[in-house]
Amino acid sequence: MAYLKDLLLGFSLFQALPISVIYILTAAICAVVAIAAIAVVALVAVWFERKISAHMQCRLGPMYVGWHGVLQTAADGVKLFVKEDIIPATADKLLFILAPGIVFVGAMLSWVVIPLGPKMAATDLNIAVLYLLATSSVVAIGIIMAGWASHNKWSLYGSMRGAAQFLSYEIPTALFIIPPVLLAGSLRLGTIVDEQAGGFLGMGNWYVWNPFCLISFICYYVSTLAETNRIPFDLPESESELVSGFHVEYSGIRFSFFFMAEYADMFIVSALGVLLFLGGWHGPFGINHAFIYIAKVCALLFVTIWLRWTLPRLRIDQLMATCWKFLIPLGLINILGASFWMILTGKV
Amino acid sequence: MLLLDYFPIFIMASLAMAFAGGTVLASFWVGPRQDKSEKLDTYECGMPPIGTPHERFNVKFFLVAMVFVIFDIEIVFLFLWAVIFRRLGWFGLAEMGIFLMILVFALLYVWEKGVLEWASKAK
Repeated sequence: MAYLKDLLLGFSLFQALPISVIYILTAAICAVVAIAAIAVVALVAVWFERKISAHMQCRLGPMYVGWHGVLQTAADGVKLFVKEDIIPATADKLLFILAPGIVFVGAMLSWVVIPLGPKMAATDLNIAVLYLLATSSVVAIGIIMAGWASHNKWSLYGSMRGAAQFLSYEIPTALFIIPPVLLAGSLRLGTIVDEQAGGFLGMGNWYVWNPFCLISFICYYVSTLAETNRIPFDLPESESELVSGFHVEYSGIRFSFFFMAEYADMFIVSALGVLLFLGGWHGPFGINHAFIYIAKVCALLFVTIWLRWTLPRLRIDQLMATCWKFLIPLGLINILGASFWMILTGKV
Repeated sequence: MLLLDYFPIFIMASLAMAFAGGTVLASFWVGPRQDKSEKLDTYECGMPPIGTPHERFNVKFFLVAMVFVIFDIEIVFLFLWAVIFRRLGWFGLAEMGIFLMILVFALLYVWEKGVLEWASKAK
């Protein structure tokens, strides 16, 4: 945002305006860019997922709309947009209408602090990591609202499971984010990334090479799979028992908001993983560029999609036991280990 | 300057709400409106729904929510400690060791009380 502000101030037209107008203008431009980015990310990610899934099963996937079906998602989006607006007769109308909006706004709020490259965040907050944890929980409110308002048994069961799973896995996610914060001594994403610059081949200072951060990275990744309702943790949406969970009754454009928010959340947690553990935009041999960062995020997204066709779904008792009996104790020990390591290696 | 950093959040929230509301309204305007008598039924595998969905729920969902609140508040303290750990050194480690010990005891207590057991045991 600071860059954009300086850029605007470079033009004589904008120098005449009061500084407050410049601030509103830059913030609005950042927000519009972020909303456009979320749409593009969702479009590309859905196509990516359908193609990868297809090829893993020896199918072709979407082929007709555009080159290898690249415009298929856009066509689907238009179809969803012109669908009839249906609110079930027994639904709680106000909550039913509000729920997709809350899920969408929650996902968008996280985008404010996620950078798209070096110094390319809408705002580089000094509490960015904490802020991300807070905004990501907003989705849980939307999910439980959607399930309750639909007045449908499957929706309600799905949303109750979703809320329990989301709340439970929020704790290990937060616990495993702490070791990089410990090492960097900051909650600002820009600072955390810059601390990982340099080292052997330009990659040696990535936090993932630290033994405790390596444990953190793996467990963070597992927890975020659960937080974004991905297989093997997709219990809130399990098609074979709950039809599709909390959004059974949603159709048309309202459904597309849940869909967009889900893919935006996938991108956000992958991006956070890259920023905290994999050196952000610092690539091999000291190259740092937005493309390196986006490539790493795409690699993490690919692993997420790959897992979908590799692992079967867990049972809910296994899911809860993994979180409370394994990940949380491990997270607590991991924090102590990381702080010991810092003192022993003289980083304190 | 510090508060100005938070300003884009406000702008983003209002723009995202406007986008969501605008798209739904536009879709409502563009989409067809037909006779809806049967479409508005609740979808439960094609059968007419039996009973109300708002039934009594297993108490475990609420227990998990309560345990979550306890742990989540304590994690906020951990974040503050992590940021200034470089300045605290051994003192910080000892303090947080005691704090984490209390957390672990809380977890063990909850575990022992059976809050974390989801499947009810066969009798």
